[in-house]
Amino acid sequence: MISRDHILNKVRTALGHAVGRTAAAPPPARLCVPAWTVEERWQRFASALEKLGGNAVRVSEPAEAQRYVAGLTCGRAAVASRSLFLEVCGIHQLAGVRRDFRDPGELRAACAEAEFGITGADYALADTGSLAVFASPEEARLISLLPPVHIALLPISRLLTGLDELLSLVPNPAERSSALILITGPSRTADIEQILVRGVHGPGEIHVIVVDDRETRS
Amino acid sequence: MMTGYPREQIRRTLADPRLQEAIYSATGRLMEHRRQVVAPEVLPDYQELREQARRIKEHTLENLDAYLEQFEAQVRARGGEVIWAKDGPEVADFVLDLARRSNARLLVKSKSMTTEEIGLRERLEAQHFEVVETDLGEYIIQLAQERPYHIVAPALHKTREEVGEIFSQRLGVPRENVPERQTRIARTVLRQKFLTADIGITGANFLVADSGAVVLVENEGNARLTTSAPRIHVAVAGIEKLIPRAQDLAVFLKLLGRSATGQPLTVYTSILSGPRRQGEWDGPEQFYVVLLDGGRSRVLADRDKRQTLYCIRCGACLNHCPVYRRIGGHNYPWIYSGPIGKIASPQFQGLTEDPWLPFASSLCGACAEVCPVKIEIPRLLLELRAEIVKTQAREGQNRWERLGFRLWSWVMTRPRLYEALSLAAGLLAGEGSDQGWLRQLPGLLNAGPLRAWLDYRDLPAPGRSFRALWRQRTARVRE
Ligand code: SF4
Repeated sequence: MISRDHILNKVRTALGHAVGRTAAAPPPARLCVPAWTVEERWQRFASALEKLGGNAVRVSEPAEAQRYVAGLTCGRAAVASRSLFLEVCGIHQLAGVRRDFRDPGELRAACAEAEFGITGADYALADTGSLAVFASPEEARLISLLPPVHIALLPISRLLTGLDELLSLVPNPAERSSALILITGPSRTADIEQILVRGVHGPGEIHVIVVDDRETRS
Repeated sequence: MMTGYPREQIRRTLADPRLQEAIYSATGRLMEHRRQVVAPEVLPDYQELREQARRIKEHTLENLDAYLEQFEAQVRARGGEVIWAKDGPEVADFVLDLARRSNARLLVKSKSMTTEEIGLRERLEAQHFEVVETDLGEYIIQLAQERPYHIVAPALHKTREEVGEIFSQRLGVPRENVPERQTRIARTVLRQKFLTADIGITGANFLVADSGAVVLVENEGNARLTTSAPRIHVAVAGIEKLIPRAQDLAVFLKLLGRSATGQPLTVYTSILSGPRRQGEWDGPEQFYVVLLDGGRSRVLADRDKRQTLYCIRCGACLNHCPVYRRIGGHNYPWIYSGPIGKIASPQFQGLTEDPWLPFASSLCGACAEVCPVKIEIPRLLLELRAEIVKTQAREGQNRWERLGFRLWSWVMTRPRLYEALSLAAGLLAGEGSDQGWLRQLPGLLNAGPLRAWLDYRDLPAPGRSFRALWRQRTARVRE
């Protein structure tokens, strides 16, 4: 408390402000949202993610998403989040996929052992190839973090143009969740001689499966 | 401690071809990566983004008191706590107390220049806590017991062979010289640490006032693990890290990744506000943000040089600096090296601590050209040079003053000498004395340090000494 007042006083003195002064209005926020069609967004997303060494897949219906995931996991150990969209795609029915845990400790242990972490994503960002995931009772943070391979599924309607559009839709992420995580490609480092190595602490492999909606289905 | 220009040390760096090659190629690669993603064809509004970033930083600092209070209220509203620390020891005291209260033994850390600045890890280790750096580069540096070579790439100067040597010696693993396998080793060792740590310590790239959020950018996933696995998260950040709104991240995140490593966005961006909420499976149960002053409020008081606090620690000015590219990161006196170090060190550490620092620049202007928040580094360097010269002149004057007083006291303790001198001075001073006060010195004495001293002070005009008066008086009494 003493340091609080001390620091605030020093800041006020430095600025020549009186106690209780409110901030002047900040410069208007700068958000530019391009008008890209769904097809354009998909093209950009896929090429951005692939450039980073990730894998972007577009499927026409949930059943196809389920088959694609089955082909990746081949029954090996996977932890899936409680995301509703994974339910829609029938991911929880796949062999080797575990969703229910008694407590956080059990979930964490399972994530540390699993080969795959399967999650939904609230949004994806086309221009950078990113996923945006809000932590919630449906989306535990460690599922997209501990296993060496991350698989994410989302409907194409959630594919935004970029960060600017995300922040205009969700101007204050803190109101919605304790954590908004943007994931842009596989975990990587270049700390030793600037040599690119994937999969340092997070997943070294990422697959994003984008599922067409009724409107975009041809 | 005042240090001189580290001539010998710099000679050694220049004479080490391996080190020269390492610095030159690493910074060269970072420059090239940046150039590719800020080119007008790929980012037409790059200059507007820089302008906006600078405007926002300027505005935030001008209203910092209000934003700090708003941030604090927002963190509290989401169940977190804000701790204010005047300096490094206060940060360490808080963390130590927290660690003891919560029976913590192991602390994991993600890379943070602010905690480097205050030597937090060393302070905690001195009290027998195990503190582990988890960023790969930072981990290598911790094992090597060195300090970071670069704001963004702390182990930039280490070859794979050196890393192999460090790992085998300090971790007892078989010697391994392939970066991919070395990374595996670190992953395995550190994974265990993450899963057993009690407290995770991070810095913050940004603090968002309207959300009470701590924003962390990284590529490896260690910051995510540090803030997801342990039951307590402590973020330590300078008070200058504030930005008004989450929406401003659209500008800053675009600039930071591009300027630092040439990435449109880093692999992970975490926007964290408060502890885990109802029903969540993981994330910290306790969430603390330590706001550090550490000299920042002092820098803030200078309207012009305050822009030093705009810095988002992207490292671009280091990579583009012809001096940094030759002398590397360990020849600067403080943890912040390169151009930003040259303007930050004198303001934080004291103008005359390392007076050579702002002079060791060709003022080529490359740093200002690439700085994403448009800090006018060359102009500030010139200003600091002028201030240093002025301060040194004043201190030089003080040296003369001290010498004068020493001479004075020497004379004072020798009564006969004093008497003789004051008699002589009294005769000499005649024209300069003004009702018993000496405002001017006669002849040759009226120059240099003595003249300057008298510019601000008056000296009682020397007259007859006390001893002389006493002798006269006792003589009279005896009569
Ligand atoms: S001074 Fe500018 S270029 Fe240098 S590290 Fe700071 S923000 Fe980056």
